[in-house]
Amino acid sequence: MNGSSERSLPYLFLGPALLVMLLVVVYPFGYNIWISLTNMNLYHLRDPTFLGFEHYRNILGEPELVAVFIKTVLWTVVNIFFHVTIGTALALLLNQEIRGRSVFRALLILPWAMPQYITALTWRGMFNFEYGQVNLILTEWFGFEAIPWFGSETWAFTAAILTNIWLGFPFMMIVALGGLQSIPEEMYEAARIDGAGRWQRMREITLPLLRPVMVPAILLGTIWTFNNLNVIWLVTNGGEPADKSHILVSQVYKAAFTYYRYGYAAAFSMVIFLILLVLVIVYMRQTRATERVY
Amino acid sequence: MKRPLLYLLISAITLAAIYPILVVIGISLRPAGSLYSTSLALIPAGASLEAYRVVLFEKPFGRWLANSAAVSLLVTIVGVALASTAGYAFSRFRFRGRTVGMAMFLVTQMFPATMLLLPLYVLMRNLGLTDSLPGLAVAYSATALPFCVWTMKGYFDSIPAALEEAALVDGAGRFGTFVRIILPLSAPALAITALFSFMAGWSEFIVARVVLSSQELYTLPLGLESLSNSFQTEWANYSAGAILVSIPVVVVFLMMNRFLVSGLTVGGIKD
Repeated sequence: MNGSSERSLPYLFLGPALLVMLLVVVYPFGYNIWISLTNMNLYHLRDPTFLGFEHYRNILGEPELVAVFIKTVLWTVVNIFFHVTIGTALALLLNQEIRGRSVFRALLILPWAMPQYITALTWRGMFNFEYGQVNLILTEWFGFEAIPWFGSETWAFTAAILTNIWLGFPFMMIVALGGLQSIPEEMYEAARIDGAGRWQRMREITLPLLRPVMVPAILLGTIWTFNNLNVIWLVTNGGEPADKSHILVSQVYKAAFTYYRYGYAAAFSMVIFLILLVLVIVYMRQTRATERVY
Repeated sequence: MKRPLLYLLISAITLAAIYPILVVIGISLRPAGSLYSTSLALIPAGASLEAYRVVLFEKPFGRWLANSAAVSLLVTIVGVALASTAGYAFSRFRFRGRTVGMAMFLVTQMFPATMLLLPLYVLMRNLGLTDSLPGLAVAYSATALPFCVWTMKGYFDSIPAALEEAALVDGAGRFGTFVRIILPLSAPALAITALFSFMAGWSEFIVARVVLSSQELYTLPLGLESLSNSFQTEWANYSAGAILVSIPVVVVFLMMNRFLVSGLTVGGIKD
C-alpha cells in the first residue's frame, strides 16, 4: 500500500459518519445560529428579517432566567447525587456473594430498560390526585394528607425529580458494577493480610478505584440530565401548573413548538448550550476527566 | 452485614424499583368497569385481558408498530455501520483533525434537544420533508451516533494492535482486516451500539411529536401518548400498550445484560 492511500485511509473510514454529522449536526448548528439572529416565527418562516443580538439581550435580561437556571442546576445536582449514591450502593450490595444475584440485577435494571416516555407517563398517572398510587399509599398506609402533585410548582418539580431518580439509578449501578468487577481480588487479600478492616478497604481500595469509571459516567449523566426534556415535559404535561415547573430545556421547547417563537428559541438554545459547555469545562478541569475520556 | 438483613434490604429495594412496573401491569388487567379504581391491589378484582385485545385489534397498534420498527431498524443499520467505521478511524489512525473530531462528537451531547431539532424542523418544513419517517430516522441517527462512536472507539482501543498487524503483513487490506478480524472481536460493543441506536428510534417521543403530524405515520410513543391523554377512558389501554411495547426492549436488554457491564465501562475509558 502506498503512502498517499495510507494517509487518506482514516478519512475513508470516517467519511460516512462525518458526512451524516455535517448534514444533521454541523449544518443545523450553523443554521440555528442564523435563526437566533432573526425574527423568525410562524408568520415569518420564509421571510425572516435580521435582528442581530436582540434575542440574546432579551433572554439575558429576563429576570426569570436566573430562577430557571438555578432550578435546572438543582434538578441536575439532586438527580445525579441520588443516581450515583443509589447506583453505587446497589452495585456494592450486588457485588457480594449472594444467591440470586443475577435475578436482582436483572430486576434492578428494569427502570432503565423501560422506554423513558412510558416511565414518565406512568409516573404521571401514579401522581394523579385521586387515583394515583402515590397518594393512595400516602393516605391509606401512612395516614398522610393527599398531595396535590400538579397543583403547585414545588410538588410538580418534586414529582419530576422522583421519577427521574427512579429512572436513572440503574445506569450508574451498571457502570459501578463494571468498575467493581475490574478491581483485582488480590488487592483486597493483600489489604486483609495487612489488617485493613472492612471500612478501610472500602475507603482505600474500592472508592479510589471506582473513581476513574464513575467520573466519565457522571459527566455524561450530568449532560443528559441537564438537558433531559422527556421526563420533565411528560410528567408535568408540558410545564404544569401554568408553565411553572420548567427547566431550561423544556422552557425553550415550549417557546419553539407551542409558541412558535423560532428566533427566540434558537437564541435560547445557544444560551443553554454555552452554559452547559462552561459547566462541563469546569468539571473536566476539576476532575481531569479528559485524561480518562480520551 | 448479616445475610438475612442483606437479603431483606436488597429485596425491599428491588420491590420498590419494580413497583411502578407492577402497577402498569395491574392497570392493564383492569376490567372495563373499574377504571376509577382506588384499590392498591396489584391484580385487580375480575382481572381481564380485554385491554390487550382492544389495543391490538381496535387501535392502530399494528401500524404504530410497523412505523416504529421501520424507523428503528434504519437508525440501527446507520448507527452500527457508521459508528464502527468512525470509531475504528479514531482508534487506529493518528490524523489531522482527530482530536477536534472526537471533541465534536462529545460536544454534540451538550446540545439541548431544540438546538438541532428546531433548525432541522425549519429546514424540513421548507423542503416539505416534515411528516416523513425517513426524515425522523435521519434526526435520530444524529442523536445516536456520538455515543456509539465513543463506545466503539473505546472498545477498539482495548483490542491489541498486534492482532491486525499479522493480518496486514499477510496482505489483507485495512478494510479486509477491519471486517474479518476486528469486527468479530467487537461483539459486545457492536451489541451496545445496536441497542442504543435501536432504542433511540424505538423510545423517542419529543422529536417524533414535532416531526410527525399525520396519524398514519405515528410511531409507538406518539400512539401510546394519544391513549394516555384521556386518562379516564383509555388508561387501561395505554397500560396494555406500554407493556406490549416494553417487552421486546426489556428482553433485549436482559439478553445483553452481560455485555452492558463490560461494554459501558470500556466505552468511556482507555486502559
